[in-house]
Amino acid sequence: MKLYEYEAKTILSKHGINVPQGGHATSAVQAQEIASRLKPPVVVKAQVLVAGRGKAGGILFAETADEARKVADKILNMKIKGLPVKSVWVEEKIQVKRELYFGITTDRFNRCYVAIGSAVGGVDIEEVASKTPEKVIKTEIKPQLGLRTFQTREIARRMGYGGSQMSELGRVLERLYTAGMDSDAELIEMNPLSETVDGRFIAADARIIIDDNALFRHQDYKKRLLEGESDLSPQELEAMNNDLAYVRLDGDIGVIGNGAGLVMATLDTIQYYGGKPANFLDVGGGAASEKTTLALKIVLSDPRVKTLFINILGGITRCDEVAKGILEAKEKVGVTMPMVIRLVGTNEEEGKRILTTAGIHVLESMDEAAKLAVAMAKQGDS
Amino acid sequence: MIDYGTKIVAGTSPGKGGTQVLGVPVYNTIAEAREKCEVNASIIFIPAPFAADAAFEALENRIRIITIITEHIPIRDAIEVMAYAKQMNASVIGPNTPGIITPGSCKLGIMPSHIFKPGNVGMVSRSGTLTYEIAAGLTKKQLGQSTCFGLGGDPITGLNFIDALKMFENDPHTKAVVLIGEIGGNLEELAADYIAREKYPKPVVAYIAGRSAPPGRRMGHAGAIVMGSAGTAESKIEALKKANVRVAEKPGDIPELLMNAF
Repeated sequence: MKLYEYEAKTILSKHGINVPQGGHATSAVQAQEIASRLKPPVVVKAQVLVAGRGKAGGILFAETADEARKVADKILNMKIKGLPVKSVWVEEKIQVKRELYFGITTDRFNRCYVAIGSAVGGVDIEEVASKTPEKVIKTEIKPQLGLRTFQTREIARRMGYGGSQMSELGRVLERLYTAGMDSDAELIEMNPLSETVDGRFIAADARIIIDDNALFRHQDYKKRLLEGESDLSPQELEAMNNDLAYVRLDGDIGVIGNGAGLVMATLDTIQYYGGKPANFLDVGGGAASEKTTLALKIVLSDPRVKTLFINILGGITRCDEVAKGILEAKEKVGVTMPMVIRLVGTNEEEGKRILTTAGIHVLESMDEAAKLAVAMAKQGDS
Repeated sequence: MIDYGTKIVAGTSPGKGGTQVLGVPVYNTIAEAREKCEVNASIIFIPAPFAADAAFEALENRIRIITIITEHIPIRDAIEVMAYAKQMNASVIGPNTPGIITPGSCKLGIMPSHIFKPGNVGMVSRSGTLTYEIAAGLTKKQLGQSTCFGLGGDPITGLNFIDALKMFENDPHTKAVVLIGEIGGNLEELAADYIAREKYPKPVVAYIAGRSAPPGRRMGHAGAIVMGSAGTAESKIEALKKANVRVAEKPGDIPELLMNAF
C-alpha cells in the first residue's frame, strides 16, 4: 500500500525526523489558511500516488498566502497521469544547500533489508545506480542486529560528512530505519533528504510503501485503503474487498484463472496469439463457486471486455465448484458475450459435464483455448 | 501426503493435543510431539499472522527442513525466519509454495499428485498452478520429473533458484532442469549469471511469466511486481538467453524445447 506524502511525513516526524512545517488541505481556502500560518513563501504539492508529479506541474511555489490559494486551486483541478488530485500538502519553502538520498528496501537474494544512501539526491535513484553505481552506498541490514549507529555513521561519512554533522545525519538514518520497521514498510525513502543552508537535515520528500501482507498490524491504513482513498479502479477495489487479485490492463479479453503464475502465463499466451487481455484476475487456490461468481461479476462490470477467457487448473480448486460458479454467474449477470473455458484437474469430468450440459464449450489445452479466445475477440471487432 | 507415502508422524495444534486426524496423533506443541516421535521435517499451514511463530517453533525444536505453505506472511516476519533458519542450518521451502515433490516417492506439499510422473527432469518454480500446468504438459509427453520445487511466490523465500540448481547438479536422477520464473526481483538474473559462470553441466529450459505485466502493479503474488525498470520479464529473458538457456515463449512450448535439449 502506497502512502501519500503527507502520511509518510507524519510518520517520519513522529520518529523525530525533521520535515518542513506544513499542513494538509482538501480545498484552496484551506491551503490559503495553512500558507498564512506558515508565513510564505510556501510550496504547494499535489497528493497523488504516482511518480512524476513535479514534471506534470503538481508542485508549485507561492510567494503569498493569496497566491497559495490560487496555485492550490489550479492543482486541485488537475489530473496527474489520469488521477484526479484530491488534496494538497502546503509546506514552508526550505533553503537547500545539498540534496541527498536515503532509503530502505528489501534485498531478495540476501533475504534481508538493505539501506541505500547517496550524496546524489532528488533524482531517480535507480538511474543513479545504473549510470554511476559508485555513487550508491549499499548496506545490508542483518535482521539480528538491525541498522546500528556505527553503520549509519559510516554511511554518513561516505555521503561526505564529518564531525557533528556526520553523527547528526547518522541519527536521521537510524530513525528512518525505525520508522520503516514500525510501519512494516517494504520501501521507505527520503528523496531528497535536504541539507539546509544552516546545516540541518530535513526530509523534503518522503515515500513509504507498506507491505500489504502486514496491513493487519496497521488497521488505520487498511481502513483508508478499503474506503477507496487510493489509486485503485472500482474493479480493483471490489476484488481487494473480496480477497481476489485484480489488475487492470488495456485490452478487451477478460481473463480469470487460478494461481498468479498461471494467470500471468495466460496473459502471455493470449498476447502470443495476437490478443490483448483486459485484466489479470486470480481467484486463488481452493476457489469455491461463490468466488468464481464474484470474479465473473467483477470482470464483466468492465465495459471494455468483449470476450471472456477462464483458465482453471484444479489442484486444491475443484472443477465442479468452478463450473457451478460459472453457471450461476451466467444466470445472475446475464453473460451474453463469447466465453472460452479451459478446465482441467480435480473433478474435471464433473465440471465439464455441468458446463457442456449448459451448452458451454470446454477446452483442455491452454494454447487451443487462448487461440480461440483471440479469434473470438477479433470476430467481435469486425 | 499420507496416500503418497510421506510418513506423517505427528500434527500439532494448540489445544487439540490428544486427538487424532486420519490416525495421526495430534499434539499441543512441537516440543510435546518430539517427546513422542522422531521428526526431520515440518510443513506449516498456519494463518499468516501466526506463521512466523510456527516456523520459529519448528526451528527451535531443531527441525531442519521446513515447508511453509501459508500465503500473505509479512516481509518483516519472513526475513526474521530466514535469518534464524540460516543460523540453525535449516532449509526453508516457501513461504507461499505448493511444497516439494519427488514423484513416485515422497511429497511435502499440497500439489495434485496425479499430474506428476517419475523421471529425470528437475523443476524449480516461483508459482504453484503454473508448475502444475507445466508438469502436466511434461507428463503428457512422457517427460517425467525427478523433483519439483516450489520456491514460493513471495519476495522473501528460503531457497532460491541457485540453491535448487546446485541440488539438481548433484542429483544423479536429474538430467535437465526446467526453471520457471516470473516478474519481480532479480533472482532469475542471478541464476542466469550462475549458470554462465559455473558452466552449468545440465541443460536448462526456462519460462518467465509476466511479459504483459504493467510496471508498479502486483500480479497476484506478493513478489511479482516490476519496480521502475527492475524485475521485468525482458531483463530476465535476456539474462537467461545470454547464459545459453533455452527460453520458452509460453508454457506450451516447454516440452519441445526440453526434447531438443536432451
